[in-house]
Amino acid sequence: MYVAVKGGEKAIENAHAWLAEERRGSTDIAELSIAQIREQLSLAVNRVMAEGSLYDPNLVALAIKQARGDLIEAIFLIRAYRTTLPRFGYSNPVETGQMTCDRRISATFKDAPGGQVLGPTFDYTHRLLDFKLAAEGEVPDAPEGQPRTEPTPHITEFLQGEDIIQDEPVSDAIPGDLTREPMEFPAGRPLRLQSLTRGDEGFVLGMAYSTQRGYARNHAFVGELRIGKVAIEMDIPELGFAIEIGEVELTECETVNQFTGSKTEPPQFTRGYGLVFGQSERKSIAMALVDRALRWKELGEDNLGAPAQDEEFVLSHADNIQATGFLEHIKLPHYVDFQSELELVRKLRREAEERITQKEAAE
Amino acid sequence: MADQQNIAQAARREWMGLLARTPEEALMTLWGEFETPPSFVWLRNPEVGGVMVRGQTGGTGAPFNLGEMTVTRCSLVLQDGTVGHGYVQGRSKGKAEVAALIDALMQTEAATEVRAQIIAPLSQKMQVSKTARAAKAAATKVEFFTMVRGED
Repeated sequence: MYVAVKGGEKAIENAHAWLAEERRGSTDIAELSIAQIREQLSLAVNRVMAEGSLYDPNLVALAIKQARGDLIEAIFLIRAYRTTLPRFGYSNPVETGQMTCDRRISATFKDAPGGQVLGPTFDYTHRLLDFKLAAEGEVPDAPEGQPRTEPTPHITEFLQGEDIIQDEPVSDAIPGDLTREPMEFPAGRPLRLQSLTRGDEGFVLGMAYSTQRGYARNHAFVGELRIGKVAIEMDIPELGFAIEIGEVELTECETVNQFTGSKTEPPQFTRGYGLVFGQSERKSIAMALVDRALRWKELGEDNLGAPAQDEEFVLSHADNIQATGFLEHIKLPHYVDFQSELELVRKLRREAEERITQKEAAE
Repeated sequence: MADQQNIAQAARREWMGLLARTPEEALMTLWGEFETPPSFVWLRNPEVGGVMVRGQTGGTGAPFNLGEMTVTRCSLVLQDGTVGHGYVQGRSKGKAEVAALIDALMQTEAATEVRAQIIAPLSQKMQVSKTARAAKAAATKVEFFTMVRGED
């Protein structure tokens, strides 16, 4: 029998007080400021903005501090905050062709107009620990060159000129919004991209890696990867025209994939697309690979039964807040459920023992 | 007439966009140095909200929802009846209020002075930091050279 219990309030209160103390750590060490997190742990901030699906570096830095650096917990805090915000509207689609690029590389065209611009990258570092960072010191100013003032063209434009890459037709269809209506399958590409861009980086990376290892192989080249700021425009009803309401840093990846053609499409290159808040290069490339794998049906490719081709599997498991919510709930009190399981196992055990006794008596 | 309207609209788009993007601190400093703030009545109190940012498949194709950004907005009217709107990135109600006041003042006789003391310095400041980043990016541009193979 189960008797309703109350209690634990004092224990919970004290646990949270201790949490606050542990979060602060030793008071002999200076406390971290929100600005320090925002400026010096900016890639963690970027990840939480992308997966929290809210662009606000200050707020995200606060979430990271509150979560003691647990990024999924920080994403959880941001998602919860996001639901309290009234929705002012939807922006006009961002013009990534107008991006002020900090970084822009292509693995397919060496002499791309606009050049190969490395930006502040980890690439080509030796991945050796730099013990100089353990000591305080001035950082020398980065060298400067002749700044580019004109927009940098997209690499795929050049292939499109030759008509050997699949087109991305302009559309003004209103895309579904998974923050407004629950996801239904088949989801379609716009909803898939929304789900992937806020999906867990580790999960999307793993899915993308599986396509490279041969599960739904679609051999991708990084046609272009660009990182930089773009202005965000929105129509303002009270003005009757659109204005810029801010700017965000984005990482965009376009893959160019081999495609030998199908019943419906001629041999050509096809495309995968990744677009993520902040400087989020790994996530953006992974998103493009998974996007491409999920397009098998529209391109008339075979379903190889690979996990990365299974829209329902990928999209239902990409969200780390949904996943952690369900996973972690099993640690919370399940006394009633368990009590009934316990009764059941005891009963089965009793019956089994009785059967054995009866059998022995009969012999 | 329509042309004049378009020019006025383009100018307003420009200063509103600048006010939305500008760092709060820089704006507040310049505003603090400006003459006493005009009196006004709220049409819409400052409120913090979200705007869903949209991307396009392949950079040019069908739109999709990328994620939200925080925006603060408000509307006010000056004593002479001029209406100002503030739409700024982030969660600062103070910044939105100043942006709306400047938007209103820019439509009055004070425009020349506001432009000279606030809009122009802000614009220049943002251009300087944008150019500095672009210059650093330019320094990381790869200059390829081809090795000559000495086979014959």
